[in-house]
Amino acid sequence: MNYSDTSIAASVTAPFLSLENVRKTYPGVVALDGFSMEVRPGEVIGLVGENGAGKSTLMKILGGVTTPDSGTITVDGTAHDRLSVEGSLGSGIAFVHQELNLFDNLDVAANIFFGREPLRAGPLKLVDRAKLRTMVAPLLKRVGANFSADTPVATLSLAQQQMVEIAKALSIEARLVILDEPTSSLPLAETDKLLDVIKALKADGISVIFISHRLHEVERVADRVVVLRDGMLAGTLPKSDIGHDQMVKLMIGRMLKEREKASEAARAPGAVALAAKAIRTPAYPGRPVDLDIRRGEILGLAGLVGSGRTELARVFFGIDSKLGGALELDGKPLALGSAADAVAHGIFLVPEDRKLTGILLDLSIAQNISLPNLPAHARRSLVSKSAETATAEKQKKDLGIKAPSVQTRTGTLSGGNQQKVVLGKWLAMNPKVMILDEPTRGIDIGAKAEIYGLMRALADAGVAVLMISSDMEEVIGVSDRIAVMHEGQISGILDKDRFSQENVLLLAVGKQPK
Amino acid sequence: MSKKDLGLLILILVVGAIVAIINPRFLLPINLANTSNLIGLFGILSIGQAFVIITGGIELSVGSVVALLGTLFIDFIAVRGMEWPLAFVLILVLGAIIGLAHGWLITRLKLQPFVVTLCGLLIYRGVARFYTADGTAGFAFGQNFPDLEFLTAGRSYGVPNSFIALIVISIVMWVVLHRSVFGRYLYAIGKNEEAAKYSGIRTGRVVIAAYVICGVLTALSAIYFAMYTRSISPASHGQFYELYAIAAAVLGGFSLRGGEGSLIGVILGTVLLQELQNLVNLLGIPSSLNFAVMGGVILIGVLVDQQWGVFRERRLMVDATRKSAAGAAAE
Repeated sequence: MNYSDTSIAASVTAPFLSLENVRKTYPGVVALDGFSMEVRPGEVIGLVGENGAGKSTLMKILGGVTTPDSGTITVDGTAHDRLSVEGSLGSGIAFVHQELNLFDNLDVAANIFFGREPLRAGPLKLVDRAKLRTMVAPLLKRVGANFSADTPVATLSLAQQQMVEIAKALSIEARLVILDEPTSSLPLAETDKLLDVIKALKADGISVIFISHRLHEVERVADRVVVLRDGMLAGTLPKSDIGHDQMVKLMIGRMLKEREKASEAARAPGAVALAAKAIRTPAYPGRPVDLDIRRGEILGLAGLVGSGRTELARVFFGIDSKLGGALELDGKPLALGSAADAVAHGIFLVPEDRKLTGILLDLSIAQNISLPNLPAHARRSLVSKSAETATAEKQKKDLGIKAPSVQTRTGTLSGGNQQKVVLGKWLAMNPKVMILDEPTRGIDIGAKAEIYGLMRALADAGVAVLMISSDMEEVIGVSDRIAVMHEGQISGILDKDRFSQENVLLLAVGKQPK
Repeated sequence: MSKKDLGLLILILVVGAIVAIINPRFLLPINLANTSNLIGLFGILSIGQAFVIITGGIELSVGSVVALLGTLFIDFIAVRGMEWPLAFVLILVLGAIIGLAHGWLITRLKLQPFVVTLCGLLIYRGVARFYTADGTAGFAFGQNFPDLEFLTAGRSYGVPNSFIALIVISIVMWVVLHRSVFGRYLYAIGKNEEAAKYSGIRTGRVVIAAYVICGVLTALSAIYFAMYTRSISPASHGQFYELYAIAAAVLGGFSLRGGEGSLIGVILGTVLLQELQNLVNLLGIPSSLNFAVMGGVILIGVLVDQQWGVFRERRLMVDATRKSAAGAAAE
């Protein structure tokens, strides 16, 4: 290294990291192709792209887990053909993954310096707890933590746990922190805290790569946005050009129609299909809920994580029994003893956890789709494979499920296609009330748009649609009305003319909008 | 027939060939008839167990049920003078009631199958011993039931009727398990009970039905066992039979986690177990080693199956890498 004055001056503006013409192929797939980008010190890069666009491959290359086929990676002025895991860490690249890697039975300090604890002198090698605390305190301060070093991690919220991860990154003197989907499981209010931490990192001259599907958050923090599409650089947006529509356009190569559709005038509401009268759920036994879901509308159900939305859906679907109150379907009293009863009445649920409750991963597409309506696909109690295949083929075609055949195991499909199978099994029957719990979580933008289109088509066909979502853009963009839950109760219902992120947020934290 | 079943069949044939070469008596009609009779008895029992295992449950009480219902059956017809067809039906109904009780405790009261049926194992054994005051239930000298004896212990064209019964039951249960709506529900529940529930399946009823089927088939086999031994000492009759049934299912490719296994598999599993029993007798292996031989073979079988799976996965990956390398070279 040359330490002359000119090179120091140059290094201020020189990129910390630059990739040139990086290419990586997997059997049958080109994951990254001629990809170049650079990250300057103190710069926040938003990295966006659909699932499968190459983001994960890029991360693996930067983390030293995968070797690129060709191309150059320059870190801090040194050019490499590839990075090793140690090399990546050693040059100050730190990752905060979507799935946190914390020991929740240990406290914050022990997590941050796990395996690198300061030890007391002596043969017992006891941990020097006092020193540990003095080392951790400044790190926590830098990430703006409002908890102390000896807090057990299990008691922290998700956002706070992410702060611990970031503090861990800072403890190894990271110069580039890569955040992979950090906000995807965070409730709205906690997201703000995390974005503040990113700004603080930037102020300290640390570079950040922020990977997210939540484009409005990217919009808020990024200095520059790099868009990946099909393994190639689809474009780079400078600060002045960062906007939702520009990003989406680059990501999918076209504009989405659904947002325009959503801005149409409010529709005439239909008759009430499903009505909850002072329903009390097991999660909030003391809080009665009143809610009407009308035919032909998409009712958005917003609220913070844990506000009781999923629990309400479980009662509507007969999975949990209500503790009090009454349900009405088309004005008639409705008694639900099980999900089978709800299904018999045409009330269907697309559950939040696709892999655990939505589909059976070991069964084929056809078997999943016929499952709730199997007697209709059977003659004298024996399953008719041809009837089953015919139903599945129709749904596969209507929904555009991408799979080699309807006999394909659903476990091998992408998240978006799995979700379409869940939808398909209900659409093959006659839905009266369709409840969708976080229907687009973990699904890429193209498939999202298709699912929005489907929900709208259902509503247009007279189905009452209830959509639970934590994604603010989605709730506002797709719903005809928005009900907001706060601690087990409906804190307010917004009509189209009062839709705004601010109003939803205020209701979600239990305040009334202006 | 799946590859797994085929492998098991080949193993059965290979072991059979080896035993036949070492001791040709293996192929004597009388030996084959005896073995197939036992296959029939244990096969009926094992099919019942398989229906429970496929839901991810387990039925540990079948050995004790065989003892209790066998004792009752002999008592009904030999001591109380009940018409045998009536006693026959009554025993099947009792088996169904036992299954219903287990299923109800498991699905409605959310007790674990292992615990419920372990208690059953203890309770039914105790009741059977109490019922006969720890004596032996058997027929009086010269007491005959020609029709019943023909159906259970008799032979048609040299084939034991118990074996024919197994074949008939197997065909019916194969259709139920592999072709019917109910069978699909069983697999779905075994794979993922929550997801099955979220698809609107009344999972509780389906699971109860599985235990009832197990109870009825166990009762049927109890009658066959009773007519085979003709006298029952309830303290030891049917002991460890639940383990034979579970072993047959596991050998036949059933996963104790549920959702996996075929009817042909469990039958082949039963055949292999009985073949091993026979092998121990014919090859002059001390009969005290009986269980050790069976345990060893099951362990090896499961190990080979597991390792074969790992090997195949690796080979697939190597193939894929080779192909992509060839593709890259061609470019």
